[in-house]
Amino acid sequence: MTIDTAYMLEKLPAFWKGAAVTFQVAGAAILLSTAAGLLNAAILFFRIPVLRQAVRVYVEAARNTPLLIQLFFLYFALPSVGIRLSGYVTAVAAMTFLGGGYLTEVIRSGVEAVSKGQMESGLALGLSRRQLLRHVVLPQAMRITIPALFSNYIFLLKETTVASAVAVPEILYTTTNFIALEYRTYEMLLMMTVLYLLIFLPLSFLLDWVERRLRHGQFGH
Amino acid sequence: MGSSDIDLLLQSLPQLGRGALYTAGIALSSIAFSAAGGLVYGALRTSRLPLLRFALRTYLELFRAVPILVWLFFFFFGLPIFFGLNIPSFQCAVLVLSLWGITEMGEVVRGALQSLPKGQREAGRAIGLSERQLLMYVLLPAAVRRMLPPGINVCTRLIKTTSLTVLIGVTEAIKAGQQIIERTGESLLIYSALFLFYFVLCYPLSALSRRLELRWNPQG
Repeated sequence: MTIDTAYMLEKLPAFWKGAAVTFQVAGAAILLSTAAGLLNAAILFFRIPVLRQAVRVYVEAARNTPLLIQLFFLYFALPSVGIRLSGYVTAVAAMTFLGGGYLTEVIRSGVEAVSKGQMESGLALGLSRRQLLRHVVLPQAMRITIPALFSNYIFLLKETTVASAVAVPEILYTTTNFIALEYRTYEMLLMMTVLYLLIFLPLSFLLDWVERRLRHGQFGH
Repeated sequence: MGSSDIDLLLQSLPQLGRGALYTAGIALSSIAFSAAGGLVYGALRTSRLPLLRFALRTYLELFRAVPILVWLFFFFFGLPIFFGLNIPSFQCAVLVLSLWGITEMGEVVRGALQSLPKGQREAGRAIGLSERQLLMYVLLPAAVRRMLPPGINVCTRLIKTTSLTVLIGVTEAIKAGQQIIERTGESLLIYSALFLFYFVLCYPLSALSRRLELRWNPQG
């Protein structure tokens, strides 16, 4: 079996485009899930009635069902009630639904990890719960949360592959599409795997490094 | 939900049930392989042989770094071409999910073993246990409480990942659902049922894992 490098070079631009789509979809989903996670964690922190229960139900639903079902639900089931979304919008929406659930948990547990004594002394100083969150809890919680946030961002970046199922032209879809069209399975699989390794191996090592750095930088546990 | 919807669901049950059995078959066999393989893999990861540690670490990084759906496609399309091996999609799904699950379970096992106080190892060696006896009778039993909650979480992730096997052509729950939708057009009903199906499988496990965690290491 010989590798047709000329063929692979010819397909390189398409793969760059696929990588760009992967990062765009994941980037949008990461931003929106972080916003959702912060909002939900605030609802839990301020113990807002009704909304608090709704957040709990949402978190369990998001974390205990596969992304593919969430994706298919939005893409194939919603049109029957008159809501039609494009592949891109579906992918970002479904990944935000999933990621928001995970990030709510991550940020909530970061907030809870800030020691009780600090909350109590803040309240004793006469800070409101809002001031406490902004000036005492959040700055510390964010620091504790960074490794978990980062690993969830990598997780979301990897989940982008599932969006290929609704024809979003990211890396995996680009690959399978070419395989279906031109039957050059060997070359396409090789390119896909190398590209994913190039993207994710450095991220994986970076995550290890961040975790080690912040673990040593922590205090008071 | 109207009565016609309930009728449709009841009529679809046998077909959905057959699909669900495939899902369960993939989930249970890959959980079993992952648990057994993960114990061995995790224990070996604590070994002192540098070459072995390097090989196992490479396997871990490869399976962690590349998305699981990519591995599914890689094995499904690649094995016939690279090795002339034609594996049916069901077996391919179990293989890939197990290879992935072993690394995830293995990390859980390794983490638990390494979190044990050093004294246990030393005491075991001092009374003349072999490394194997030390592992079997002292370390693993002591580590079970730390392995179980995150190990159960790996199981829920494996169950959720079975959904992806529809994309390499396994006729599991989603595929069965899609076939019913093709016949009846009831996409909202069927996808809601599938959503619920996975939730009912995974939620009790997540709840159990959280409870065990709270009971066994309340300070986290």
